[in-house]
Amino acid sequence: MSSRNKILTAVAENQPRTAPFPEFEFLDAECIYLSETFINVLTGIGGTVIPVETMIEIQNYILQNFNQGPRTVTNIPALNNVAELMHQSSTSPHALSDVDYAVIDTRLAVAENGAVWVTEKGLSDRALPFICQHLAVVLNAGDIVSNMHAAYEVINADDYGYGTFIAGPSKTADIEQSLVLGAHGPKSMTVFLMM
Amino acid sequence: MKTTDKDHAALANEFNKDAPRVDWHDETLWWVRQKRDNAVKKIPGWEELREAGSQIKNNVLANLSGYLKQFEANAQANGVHVHWAIDAKEHNEIVLELLQSNGVKKIVKSKSMLTEECNLNEYLNLNGVDVIDTDLGEFIVQLANEHPSHIVLPCIHKKKEEIGELFHQHLGTPAGNADPVFLTETARRHLRETFLTRKAALTGVNFAVAETGEFVVCTNEGNADMGAHLADIHIASMGIEKIIPKRKHLGVFLRVLARSATGQPVTTYSSHFKTPRPGASTHIVIVDNGRSKQLGREDFRNSLKCIRCGACMNTCPVYRRSGGHSYNNAIAGPIGSILAPNLDMKKHADLPFASTLCGSCTNVCPVKIDIHDQLYKWRQVIVKSGHAPVAKKAAMGAMTRVLSSPVSYKVAGKLGRLMMKRAPFAVNNQFNPWYKQRELPVVPENSFGEWYKKNRNNKPKDI
Amino acid sequence: MKVGLFVPCYVDQFYPGAAIATLELLEKLGVDVQYPSRQTCCGQPMANSGFEHLTGGCNELFIENFSAFDYIVCPSGSCVLHIKHHLQSDKNEAKAAAIRNKVYELVEFLTDVLKITNLKGSFPHKVGIHQSCHGQRGLQLSQMTELVAPSFSKPRYLLDMIAGLEIMPLDRADECCGFGGTFCVAEEAVSVKMGKDRVADHIRNGVEYITAADLSCLMHMEGILRRQGSPLKVIHIAEILNGECTV
Repeated sequence: MSSRNKILTAVAENQPRTAPFPEFEFLDAECIYLSETFINVLTGIGGTVIPVETMIEIQNYILQNFNQGPRTVTNIPALNNVAELMHQSSTSPHALSDVDYAVIDTRLAVAENGAVWVTEKGLSDRALPFICQHLAVVLNAGDIVSNMHAAYEVINADDYGYGTFIAGPSKTADIEQSLVLGAHGPKSMTVFLMM
Repeated sequence: MKTTDKDHAALANEFNKDAPRVDWHDETLWWVRQKRDNAVKKIPGWEELREAGSQIKNNVLANLSGYLKQFEANAQANGVHVHWAIDAKEHNEIVLELLQSNGVKKIVKSKSMLTEECNLNEYLNLNGVDVIDTDLGEFIVQLANEHPSHIVLPCIHKKKEEIGELFHQHLGTPAGNADPVFLTETARRHLRETFLTRKAALTGVNFAVAETGEFVVCTNEGNADMGAHLADIHIASMGIEKIIPKRKHLGVFLRVLARSATGQPVTTYSSHFKTPRPGASTHIVIVDNGRSKQLGREDFRNSLKCIRCGACMNTCPVYRRSGGHSYNNAIAGPIGSILAPNLDMKKHADLPFASTLCGSCTNVCPVKIDIHDQLYKWRQVIVKSGHAPVAKKAAMGAMTRVLSSPVSYKVAGKLGRLMMKRAPFAVNNQFNPWYKQRELPVVPENSFGEWYKKNRNNKPKDI
Repeated sequence: MKVGLFVPCYVDQFYPGAAIATLELLEKLGVDVQYPSRQTCCGQPMANSGFEHLTGGCNELFIENFSAFDYIVCPSGSCVLHIKHHLQSDKNEAKAAAIRNKVYELVEFLTDVLKITNLKGSFPHKVGIHQSCHGQRGLQLSQMTELVAPSFSKPRYLLDMIAGLEIMPLDRADECCGFGGTFCVAEEAVSVKMGKDRVADHIRNGVEYITAADLSCLMHMEGILRRQGSPLKVIHIAEILNGECTV
């Protein structure tokens, strides 16, 4: 018998009889001030939130602030005058190793934990939001939901090959619990919040 | 794993020879417990969330074979290769075969307690494959030629000065620089080069969704994603118990995992891997290694609900004061102590006794595993299976005989008190572990029973 | 209401004062309380060491001694928890089941059964409450810091009735003291370190008396305090509530 069948047989023999399929409801509107909560939480975990009203403001911010390295890339066509516009899987992910700033967009964010949901559909490459030195995300305030249950109500209908929640810059506290921003992924995360 | 014949008590005794260090270890982990407390009090319905997590996992255990088949079918439909390993040996062989058939000699690995349990690193090293652990904590213990002492905070036992020295020796940083920011930046630069040059990446799995065939990996550092997205082959190792029924259940588990682990609202990255990247391949190795056996132990099966948050370690007053390495097992602390005897009861017979049964672990567990009750139950199983030390068996037998008889109890009590009064050196000596650092109680003239006889005997009672 | 006084073996032998205080307090509150003289031990030391299968004799003796009472009251949360969870009998299972439901730790008997609302007594001292784990997490004498739930404390409710008594807050409200039954000798190093840390918390917060509803924890901490030559004292909660303590 194959290992697969041995394991499945042993599991079937040993698993307890029944346990009901749990039903629960956590979708209550626990959070009225979605933007405020999102801003507070993301700021608390090391992110920066820049409230904006137009793409021009974002362009200006990028021009004025994203200047610690030469390469800024984006997958947002409206930003192609201030950043290199990336195309879907145009190159190997290794070609992104010198990206200083990546500006991407998201259609979903979560107030309770400051996370934004990103799928590969919106990325030129899965590696982009990790390999860049600094990450920026454009988010519409209307796309913020209260909690993770609400987020999965949105995601459930979505088909993706890869998707990730990103909540702040990469970080570690492995050395004596001292929090350090910038472990292996981006050292900073800026969210442009379109009000 | 550095194996030793010493039991938890002996290793903890060594750990306690440096009291200030014990204080530091205790306070560092207590700080994590406090962060957890603050985080769980910030969101409404925390206890209901725990209950939901617990119920989902109960449902998983009761339907595991079906969910595993469903997950396999969906993962395969997503273009992912699924492998099955009955034990650690087979897991390691599958991984090695995948690497060798692709001509891979060097891999990056993000944190996976399962690969620790399987001793994968040693196995691959022996077979000519170089493994780089990329989680900073694991990278550090790897440099030190040690193993993680905590499942979430692998090098929590190390002081920053010791880490600075390791980096000085291995990475050429200036001697004496122990600044966490500097050391983290050094590791970042060092490992970035490694990420860019490795063809295979190994990760663990936090959750595998039966409904969709996707799996979720959570990290703060981004190392799992850096590895997986830059390599041609992504190998993900998972225990059979990592299955959850539906995608929406991730909402429950991602809410409790990081809050329980470190007090963060969520890990920085919660990555959902469904299909392989174009041009790359993904392999999942589903491992049993004793789990199906544990599933059959009615008293212990719900230890398989564990989501590896480490909250039980942070809150455990014994773990905080004995250090992870004193458990001599890939998974330390309370949860390790109820998992380990399943795999090797004789070797880990000491672990269920490394607890005061205070119950704090059970209260913090986000999936409501009755950890301290299982510790009690493992003690019974271990003793009945003949793994109790001989001296303890004799002592317990004698104690039972005295305590089962009111007469011998009274006589023994009186004699004992008399001896403590007249010949205190008989008990107050170095052979009595109580007396080593504690005084014995001041011996009263009379027991309560004797006092009662004198003072309440005249009262007529009808019972 | 007939109440059987269940005095744990080590209290009987080493801390008769706490048992006397328990008896007197119950008598003062008008309870018909009796002490069955043939009692020994609940069997917990064996059971927690993995030898529950040897506790049959203790169980039968306990049933023989306590079946006839309406309530069984004991000044030790730990021993009560053991009886509640582990007393069983092949011969007298119905009696064992009845006992499991009518055994009470002293504090919960006062608050939940007698429902007392005031006590006469004075104890003009700074007191630290040690939440013994089995009483707290096992019998739920007070809320546990791990849970997100309304706070309450039955021991504190009673101590607040005592004139002059000031309860000092602790840095760690409910951490285990490390006694743990045979753990205290089998894991001597960790046990003592836990005890030292618990004691230090009370000292840091200006406590004069550590009190608890369990003497095993107090015995352990007292052993450490006396070795350290500390002026800090331990006192069972019954001795404070009884109001006639001689400390």
